[in-house]
Amino acid sequence: MGKQGGRGWTLGLAGLLSPVTIWLGLFFLVPLLLILAYSFGKSGIYGGITLGFFPGNYLKVFDPLYLEIILRTLVIAVLNTLLCLLIGYPLAYFITFKGGRHKHTLILLVMIPFWTSLLLRAYAWVVILGGDNGIANRILQFLHLTDHPLTLIFTPQAVIMGMVYSYLPFMILPLYAALEKFDWRLKEAAQDLGASRWHTFWRVTFPLSLPGVIAGSILVFIPSAGEFVIPNLLGGARTVMVGNLIQQQFLQARDWAFGSALAVMLAVLLVGAIMFYVRKVGADKLEEV
Amino acid sequence: MGDAKGGPVYHGLRKLPDRVLFIFAGLVYLFLYAPIMVLIFFSFNSTKNTQVWTGFSTQWYGALIRDGSVLNAFRLSLTVGLTATAIATVIGTFTALALSRYEFRGKTFADSAIYAATVMPEIVVGVSLLVFFVAATIPLGLVTIIIAHVAFCISFVTIVVRARLSGMDRSIEEAAQDLGANPVQTFLRVTLPLILPGVMAGALLAFTLSFDDFVITFFVAGVGSSTLPLKIYSMIKFGVSPVINALSTVVMVSTMILILGGGRILARRQENAS
Amino acid sequence: MVFRRRISRDDFLRTMGAGVVAGSTLSVLACQPNTSAQSSGGGGGSGPEEKELNFYNWSDYVAKSTIPNFQKQTGIEVTQDFFSSNEELLAKLQAGGTGYDVIVPSDYMVSIMIKSDILETLDMSKIPNFKNVGKNFKGLGYDPNNEYSVPYQWGTTGILYNKKALGKLDASWDPMWDPSNKGKIGMLNDERETPGAALYKLGYSVNSKDKEQLDEAEAELKKQKPLLRGYFDSTQNRPSVINGDLLLGHVFSGDAFLALSQDEDLDYIIPEPAATRWTDNMAIPKGAEHPDNAHKFINYILGAKTGAALSNYTYYNTPNEAALPMIDGALKNLPGYELDSSVFDRLQIIEDVGAATREYSTLFTSVKSS
Repeated sequence: MGKQGGRGWTLGLAGLLSPVTIWLGLFFLVPLLLILAYSFGKSGIYGGITLGFFPGNYLKVFDPLYLEIILRTLVIAVLNTLLCLLIGYPLAYFITFKGGRHKHTLILLVMIPFWTSLLLRAYAWVVILGGDNGIANRILQFLHLTDHPLTLIFTPQAVIMGMVYSYLPFMILPLYAALEKFDWRLKEAAQDLGASRWHTFWRVTFPLSLPGVIAGSILVFIPSAGEFVIPNLLGGARTVMVGNLIQQQFLQARDWAFGSALAVMLAVLLVGAIMFYVRKVGADKLEEV
Repeated sequence: MGDAKGGPVYHGLRKLPDRVLFIFAGLVYLFLYAPIMVLIFFSFNSTKNTQVWTGFSTQWYGALIRDGSVLNAFRLSLTVGLTATAIATVIGTFTALALSRYEFRGKTFADSAIYAATVMPEIVVGVSLLVFFVAATIPLGLVTIIIAHVAFCISFVTIVVRARLSGMDRSIEEAAQDLGANPVQTFLRVTLPLILPGVMAGALLAFTLSFDDFVITFFVAGVGSSTLPLKIYSMIKFGVSPVINALSTVVMVSTMILILGGGRILARRQENAS
Repeated sequence: MVFRRRISRDDFLRTMGAGVVAGSTLSVLACQPNTSAQSSGGGGGSGPEEKELNFYNWSDYVAKSTIPNFQKQTGIEVTQDFFSSNEELLAKLQAGGTGYDVIVPSDYMVSIMIKSDILETLDMSKIPNFKNVGKNFKGLGYDPNNEYSVPYQWGTTGILYNKKALGKLDASWDPMWDPSNKGKIGMLNDERETPGAALYKLGYSVNSKDKEQLDEAEAELKKQKPLLRGYFDSTQNRPSVINGDLLLGHVFSGDAFLALSQDEDLDYIIPEPAATRWTDNMAIPKGAEHPDNAHKFINYILGAKTGAALSNYTYYNTPNEAALPMIDGALKNLPGYELDSSVFDRLQIIEDVGAATREYSTLFTSVKSS
């Protein structure tokens, strides 16, 4: 797109980047700086903040109670990402390669449930998984997979299931975007040359879909860490995640300074992890085609 | 050899792996729609209960029509969603192009900023944006909601479109330029069609995020800007009414009809053009 | 093949373009009323107010007739918006969110708002219906002279339980700690109510700031946790008790009465030695643009007929004595709706505990995370 450093190049880059720079610069970075300032401030008893330099908020993060919550959150986020990948990839693969002219419909069908309120769908899951005579228990017993009712809802497992349920589209859409672009005749060609299906998949398809895998992982992992609705609705509020904690600090505890410090630490931790992950998997190399 | 149309659904399902894949996909769709079926079921409940069935009634559909606040909230959510999605998709696509095709100083910072925008918990974004709007004397209303939604959607669109751009064959674009097309023409006629599935995927994601957003919207909303999530989440204290189930059912069924109908028209067009 | 695919992409481009145009048009049309509402009516009190009122309330906390009747009587157009918790309301007001004329905070939140100086004082001469309010609801601790708030609805927090399965229980907190009910108990996900239940059980005040008492309460809650199905909203405990997933649910009275009116096998008790009574109130935030209309609205709500209609719809109690005769008989007969003084006197009101609030937050987080 023009020689690097040339005028056309600079104009092109500036043109492409100016909208996001203005929008995120104003409406994200400035508020972020505000939060950074808050994290060093002192919380009023009833909320509000006096600005200053009180790094104690960050020291508070290292209380074992909070570290445990952060660790739990990271574990759940990683599990969530892995499960979304395991479940989402085959579906994206199916839609892309077996969907044919129904591809677009199939993708839209994935999204439609997510246009109803999460609250309603969570309540529905309580109905499905709940109770000794609930739908799930009855099916499990009918299939003779168990001989007595199980406690399925309001458990950490229910939280993870709820997270996967909530974040699946965030994995499926980027995977679809990445898989859809390449010429599947490449795949057929490899198979014609004698490669087995598995071989073709692992050596041809999967590597080429890697940008999609990375994008999906990021879009699932990062927001998972900030989740607070699902642990409450499906976990009986007993699986405390850092999203719940930060919410609580801003609202019930009215400790905006500590809440801000938690948020900043979370951001630094996660963005750092992502940058490391992206670099390690070498995604940027794939872009220089 | 394969079908030139890109593989119709049932081609090659004779092979076992394809059949397994098909069943797996079916199960995933079942997983996605199971709560939806329960939800639709309870929209016909005879009492104000979304979890215990007490009998059949269509009262909530009547209530939906009579209750202006729910329909109004839905209209607002749709307005905000479509507008924010349009803006965020355009900005996000441009950003993705810039980040994936250029190397420049500060690129790492830009990358981190994009990721950081997805990491911030909603309460933090909501409160800080509100403080910002108030300090900048921007009046709260639908406009501030749209601004906030665009702000958190841009990153998602960017990341999805970048996944599409990665490893893309640039030779067609270069050929077009060699043949005399200027950058704008190249973009509109060559690049955009090639990345369109990625752009549409990003747009879908953005709309979904915007439509059900609660916390951020709550803080930056002004008077008379109660979107659907604001109405619904506020019902938790005294009980979510099946009116919301009724609304969701109506929306879902109409969307399904639109999509399945639209899909058939598109598919027929493709056939006719062959 | 390329040819064919380009057609479908053009179709999508066209549809997308149409969507953008539609969305933008809609947004322009929708935006205008809001910005004008913000910019009109500058400093309150200079000239007659616009006939508008901006009401910030919980969802479904007015009867169907309440607002239309007010609009008919006064010609004032009411815009109702919704918040979902006291804390979110406070945070929004503190961060500078304005535009509302009447808000509905709960008792302890009123005192926090008074201390944060975000409420207007009320002009009682404009609220003659205040005389309808029962003496038990005037001058409560959080606003001793009703300078800033008047009561809206009130209720209690108690135990909804399955009478058929457990038999009629004595009014006590012990069943919530009874191991024979393991897995079938639901407490509230509320950091004042649930630690409060432990404090009540131990015989302490729900507003205790004493470190030792709080530590004891924490220990009680940690003892209880393995017996629980979880910590929920009151509105989740209601269906859970009805369908038998829970035998005992910690609930607000309105949810209990809703459940009782649907299922005769259930019962509601207000435990000894103490339990919570809470009051939601109407108040006017500072900077309200239509304070006169706000007073008119508050006065209207305190009318006898309006108050009765309100409670008959929400299933909560009215503080309005004049409205009592018009409350549905069916409601009045439900256990725990009408309270005699022996019960009433043992109810405590949750108050703001200042800096100790964070103690409660940490306590509850520690319990939930254990």
